[in-house]
Amino acid sequence: MFERKQFSRAAALVAIAGLAVVAPAEAEDTVKVGLILPMTGGQASTGKQIENAIKLYMQQKGDTVAGKKIEIILKDDAAIPDKTKTAAQELIVNDKVNFIGGFGVTPAALAAAPLATQAKIPEVVMAAGTSIITERSPYIVRTSFTLAQSSTIIGDWAVKNGIKKVATLTSDYAPGNDALNFFKEHFTAGGGEVVEEVKTPLANPDFAPFLQRMKDAKPDAIFVFVPAGQGGNFMKQYAERGLDKAGIKVIGPGDVTDDDLLNNMGDAVLGTVTAHIYSAAHPSQMNKDFVAAYKKAFGTRPGFMAVGGYDGIHLIYEALKKTNGDTDGTKLVEAMKGQKWESPRGPISIDPETRDIVQNVYIRKVEKADGELYNVEFATFEAVKDLGKTKK
Amino acid sequence: MTSILTNLFDGVAYGMLLFVLACGLAVTLGLMNFVNLAHGAFAMAGGYVCMVLVNRMGWPFFAALPLAFVSAAAIGIALERTLYRHLYARSHLDQVLFTIGLTFMSVAAVDYIQGSSRVFINLPAALQGQFDVFGVGIGRYRLMIIVICGLLTIGLQMVLAKTRFGSRLRAAVDDPRAASGLGINVPQVFAFTFAFGCGLAGLGGALSAEILGLDPYFPLKFMIYFLIVVTVGGSSSITGPFLASLLLGIGDVAGKYYVPKMGPFVIYTMMIVILIWRPNGLFGRTAAR
Repeated sequence: MFERKQFSRAAALVAIAGLAVVAPAEAEDTVKVGLILPMTGGQASTGKQIENAIKLYMQQKGDTVAGKKIEIILKDDAAIPDKTKTAAQELIVNDKVNFIGGFGVTPAALAAAPLATQAKIPEVVMAAGTSIITERSPYIVRTSFTLAQSSTIIGDWAVKNGIKKVATLTSDYAPGNDALNFFKEHFTAGGGEVVEEVKTPLANPDFAPFLQRMKDAKPDAIFVFVPAGQGGNFMKQYAERGLDKAGIKVIGPGDVTDDDLLNNMGDAVLGTVTAHIYSAAHPSQMNKDFVAAYKKAFGTRPGFMAVGGYDGIHLIYEALKKTNGDTDGTKLVEAMKGQKWESPRGPISIDPETRDIVQNVYIRKVEKADGELYNVEFATFEAVKDLGKTKK
Repeated sequence: MTSILTNLFDGVAYGMLLFVLACGLAVTLGLMNFVNLAHGAFAMAGGYVCMVLVNRMGWPFFAALPLAFVSAAAIGIALERTLYRHLYARSHLDQVLFTIGLTFMSVAAVDYIQGSSRVFINLPAALQGQFDVFGVGIGRYRLMIIVICGLLTIGLQMVLAKTRFGSRLRAAVDDPRAASGLGINVPQVFAFTFAFGCGLAGLGGALSAEILGLDPYFPLKFMIYFLIVVTVGGSSSITGPFLASLLLGIGDVAGKYYVPKMGPFVIYTMMIVILIWRPNGLFGRTAAR
């Protein structure tokens, strides 16, 4: 007994010594990707979707690119910018990562921006959606979307499709204000009129008094942007107050009908028209396979956050292929510029000038299929750039 | 005119809901002199129990409500016997630190078990939508809240003022030593009262899921509202927090409707004005302990 214990201890020692010899050699063949995502807190569903999608991608495509092994290091920032900054510092200084990626909310993406510039490594933004983000560092590349992309399109569409008077209800924070301003600009330019404008506090989810005000203003439609998660509350109270029966439609960027939550919202949400970059019901074969594989692996359907993560890791793979495994950050960002590929959401590319994503924006209507609710696409605006930047 | 009445109705329903959520806190804070900041965690427990019963096990909503009360009360009694009672004699700072810790633990536990997504309880069709009474929109669900909470308030007031248990509780609070000398089992009375307060919170949590939303952050998000109700109402009676809840509910709804730009701040402004005017709350005893 005693001898056996000694033997195993010796064996363990040998193993550790062996590892120590092998480890430095292995490190050079490993590319480390530091993922900073909200895995806890109110934005946790974003983090979960992105993590799932990246796992799925690596299962499908393997974990070696250009002779290098990809290693993911995940850190939770709970969408708190201070934590994002600490996490980014640890990843860059201690773990010596070659990429940082993820970023559930705009303040998190901005908090990491100066660090990416200093360390000269690419920051791949997979979720956050305000226009300014990519302007804060020449190393930021985005694979999610901007609110300007979807809000301007729905503004143009609404005014051309018989919606003349709109009341707006947006959450009072940066993405909400982005959505509101871009929508308003395009909607009024087309001859529409905003009859009522309400900004709701982020912390208060009882929409009753705001909705009553909307109802009394008698608009043709309500333009809504609330963070994914509050969409369910909004739609339930919209129906409770009978706004659907009063003939007031709901329009908006697609966050309010996120695939992640859509099925729990009930039939009141039927007929809601939104503009967005991705729907689980996108009719391409690639998307059908993506949704099926995601469902099989994780039991739920992917939302637009998942597709942002899936394309984010794809971009990292492609950049490494192009540099032949060279991990110089500046070369990697150069390699990312102008990349074009087919994503589950449709054809997308990275604008070489702004490093922001160029993609189709679809107009969708909530419909029922096989007993489930889906955003069914019926019109496409092709290769939409981020309009938040073209003005400058 | 009709929109004023609709708002009044919404405000009353919102206020009633605040009352049921907060009155358990008024009991522990005011009557037992114990600062229980984990009160919202019991409300959340009730909400999740109701959600699991209705959505996953197919119970009818009205059958799940009493169980939300009972399970939150049971958790309350278990924690009171094992943890809380050791802190009755400690300073308020100790109590605050302990209960805040409990709150964070409950948030993490629910996040781990149920996930962080917001959940909704499937309501029966009879409770959905609005109907019109002379042009005033009456939400069915909100009407139910008013009825349930109204009955509860009357019941509570009767128990405290008219029953033997009520007098025992008041005696135990005012002078625990004399009360136990007279043969009142003070720890038992406190345990029962605490559990009842937790049960009310659980019921409030189940009722509020539809209007306030239910997620693991519930206890932190709404702690401030419970505290506002209790501070404005004064914590020495039930009528104080009741009237304060109504006032704040109506004020909050009206503020958001008529001045949406500053609506969210109306409730805080009201609190500040009332506390400047009456530092012990609207119905607080000036010579509190």
